[in-house]
Amino acid sequence: MLLRVALIVALFVVPSLAYGQPVIGLITKTSTNPFFVKMREGAEAAAKSNGARLISGSGKNDGDNVGQVTALENMIAAGAKVILITPNDSKAIVPSISKARAKGILVIALDSPTDPVDASDALFATDNYRAGTLIGRYARAALGAKPARIATIDLFPGHPVGAQRHNGFLKGFGLRAPEASVNTLGTAPEVVCMADSYGDQTRGQTAMENCLQKNPDINVVYTINEPSAAGAYKALKAKGKEKSVVLVSVDGGCQGVRDVASGAIAATAQQYPVKMAELGVAAGLAFIKTGKKPSGYTDTGVSLIAKTKVSGVESKDVATGLELCFGRK
Amino acid sequence: MTARMVLEAKGIVKHFGHITALDGTDFELRASEILGIIGDNGAGKSTLIKTLSGAVVPDRGEIFVDGERVHFRAPSDARRAGIETLYQELAVAPALSIVENLFLGRELRRSGFLGNVLRMLDRRRMLAESTAYMQELGIGVRSMKQAVETLSGGQRQGVAVARSAAFARHVVIMDEPTAALGVKEGNLVLDLIRRVRDRGLSVVLISHNMPHVFEVADRIHVARLGRRVALLDPKRVSMSDAVAVMTGALNPGQLPA
Amino acid sequence: MRARLLGTLGPLLALIAACLFFATRSDRFLTADNLSIVLQQVMVVGVIAIGQTLVILTAGVDLSCGSVMALGGIVMTKLAVEHQLPVPLAIAAGVAATTSFGAINGLLVTRLRLPPFIVTLGTLNIAFAITQLYSNAQTITDVPAGLTTLGNAFQVGGSSVVYGALLMLALYAVAAFALSQTAAGRHVYAVGNNPEGARLTGIATQRVLLGVYMLAGVCYGLAALLSVARTGVGDPNAGQAENLEAITAVVVGGTSLFGGRGLVLSSLVGALIVGVFRNGLTLMGVSSVYQMLVTGVLVILAVATDQFSRRVAERGEK
Repeated sequence: MLLRVALIVALFVVPSLAYGQPVIGLITKTSTNPFFVKMREGAEAAAKSNGARLISGSGKNDGDNVGQVTALENMIAAGAKVILITPNDSKAIVPSISKARAKGILVIALDSPTDPVDASDALFATDNYRAGTLIGRYARAALGAKPARIATIDLFPGHPVGAQRHNGFLKGFGLRAPEASVNTLGTAPEVVCMADSYGDQTRGQTAMENCLQKNPDINVVYTINEPSAAGAYKALKAKGKEKSVVLVSVDGGCQGVRDVASGAIAATAQQYPVKMAELGVAAGLAFIKTGKKPSGYTDTGVSLIAKTKVSGVESKDVATGLELCFGRK
Repeated sequence: MTARMVLEAKGIVKHFGHITALDGTDFELRASEILGIIGDNGAGKSTLIKTLSGAVVPDRGEIFVDGERVHFRAPSDARRAGIETLYQELAVAPALSIVENLFLGRELRRSGFLGNVLRMLDRRRMLAESTAYMQELGIGVRSMKQAVETLSGGQRQGVAVARSAAFARHVVIMDEPTAALGVKEGNLVLDLIRRVRDRGLSVVLISHNMPHVFEVADRIHVARLGRRVALLDPKRVSMSDAVAVMTGALNPGQLPA
Repeated sequence: MRARLLGTLGPLLALIAACLFFATRSDRFLTADNLSIVLQQVMVVGVIAIGQTLVILTAGVDLSCGSVMALGGIVMTKLAVEHQLPVPLAIAAGVAATTSFGAINGLLVTRLRLPPFIVTLGTLNIAFAITQLYSNAQTITDVPAGLTTLGNAFQVGGSSVVYGALLMLALYAVAAFALSQTAAGRHVYAVGNNPEGARLTGIATQRVLLGVYMLAGVCYGLAALLSVARTGVGDPNAGQAENLEAITAVVVGGTSLFGGRGLVLSSLVGALIVGVFRNGLTLMGVSSVYQMLVTGVLVILAVATDQFSRRVAERGEK
């Protein structure tokens, strides 16, 4: 009889002990982009080593807000006390986040801010403006004394990250540039062509080809990310210009770092999704234990990866870049 | 004088679930004759037609073409036996030209390499033959290359009739060919039907339009409750009597055969 | 007949007008070099549009075209790079993969009688997911030279022409011939125009539809080869824009979404119009937002013109 009671108690108590684990949710933009894969892996490791359970979800593709809203609702139902999210649509996700926060759930934005920024409790992200500035400074130094003829291969109109990197690049290059809070792309007389790549390789190639048609004497190319840089490089190579153009990018994915090693990309600003995840999990655990909420913006760091050092700009070498990169090594 | 029996059916039975559509009906069609089929709704007219055109396979009964027993399993079997059917919902592609519609499904290919390997169409021959068919049947159109959708209802029906008549070797079955046509166009189609018969084909004509049937048919098959209850001569029987037989008000035995 | 001609020639006139316009705004537009670049940029979506035209002629639509193309590209490159398969076999495998997806689309449409829009919406997602999983969301680089030969160019009178563009033109010629000069081609139109009527005339409509979707799949596989040749990599994220851009090319070219009407060559015109605008607006320094605006307006103009010319034709020729 006692044994039976003990068994029944055990059957109920043991699982609830497991369910006593704090639950942290992570919602990424997509589940396949290596950047977010790395972020999720980092979050899982951080959660596990701290006795917490991580549940993850994502949008279907870049820009999918509805998928993220659904994931958010499911995580609230699953008892998540903390939700980390990289929003696909910085404005559209806000109502769902407000609902979660009203229930006492801590919501931290990773990688991309919400609009307004204080719609989430805190933001742990790359300073995309600083990332742009770093590669802008590198490009200026690498170009030397030549007059600059710049092409920018951007994301698409209206995206904050696209604007920050672009404008930061202009600032770092020494041109007059809009502030970090501005969502529109700045221009300058030295910028002879601006075209959109939507972040993808094929469209990056098309954008670069058309810019080269417009201005065959382009000598500096800023690209929004490494896939579009790869496409731009192909276009430059087809015209025999790959050696005479300084091509810079942002992200620090392993393929991108390999492109730096091969000389296709001159320098790239590397960002750290694992750092974002770790900081997010740590802040979440602190909230669960003590109720203390994080606030404001925390810069998760960005480093310049370049093969050739240039004076006046600090950079890390390719080997370091490869150690810290995300994606297939 | 017994005319040759082009198409004959004996004791056709067809059930659809609990419904008996055909209850042992007979059918006969002579050479070069226009046979009108009349009957109330549910009399089994459409089902009978479909067994003759191969769209429906009977449960029991026999069908003979030119005195030989046949088994139709699909519409293409009937077509191969020389029986063409004109359906109520016109089987034409409105965006395609008259020529293309006439030869739809039976296109002519060029000879030699172009035709056999590249499978290239012989447009010139199809145009010439189409023009000939349409002229023979007296259907006037501006251009054989114009799209069928630009034709009037009667002309469209004419194209469909021309297609059946062109490829039929024995029988053309027409299901309500003058429905939805105005007076003038309806008469044009009746004219066409006569010309088809004069070319040596037999025509089976289902119609609710009693005046049209009486005007053009050589004999009238009256269907009622899944059987053939009478085979009437329109020259010797009045329209009202025919309708009475159709509805069961009049016993066919009381009529001159 | 005149109104019909307007429907067919309209897009061509629009293309010529656009070219003339851009020529006045930038002296770099009408150069052989620039036009050759536009042709290269258009060749992938151009070939996809051949398959899409076939499907739309049957009153269907294929939303999965770009994603299936991406899958074909990944299959080709992964087999060639990671499994060292000889290039011709890798290409064949890629085309087989895209044709299989075409078969799946065709079977779902014919056997289960599901609307093509819904079916291809589903296969779009399935193809995308399989592509991401099979490639681990990584771009496949170091692709063997055999796969990129079509990206090479030869010189013609001072400018370079890419072999892939020639393949595209050849495929258009074959498609145009088949659709207008063979019985099978006319049957495609008949099935799109009046499927029940076509069946009653003895046309095997199910087989025609299945054939159309599978041929479209073949086109997507060839487009994948062109895409790999153009970019030099197997990109799992390729084709996203092409899903809708191929339909845009077909519609802007003048083919009716209701089926049974249109010429395949018009889709080439439609694809060129989109490419010319993208190139021309960049040469003018105009933001890409205006490209979207222009494309949207063109689509509506094209559909409206198609409706108008049909109604005039029906009324005028009685």
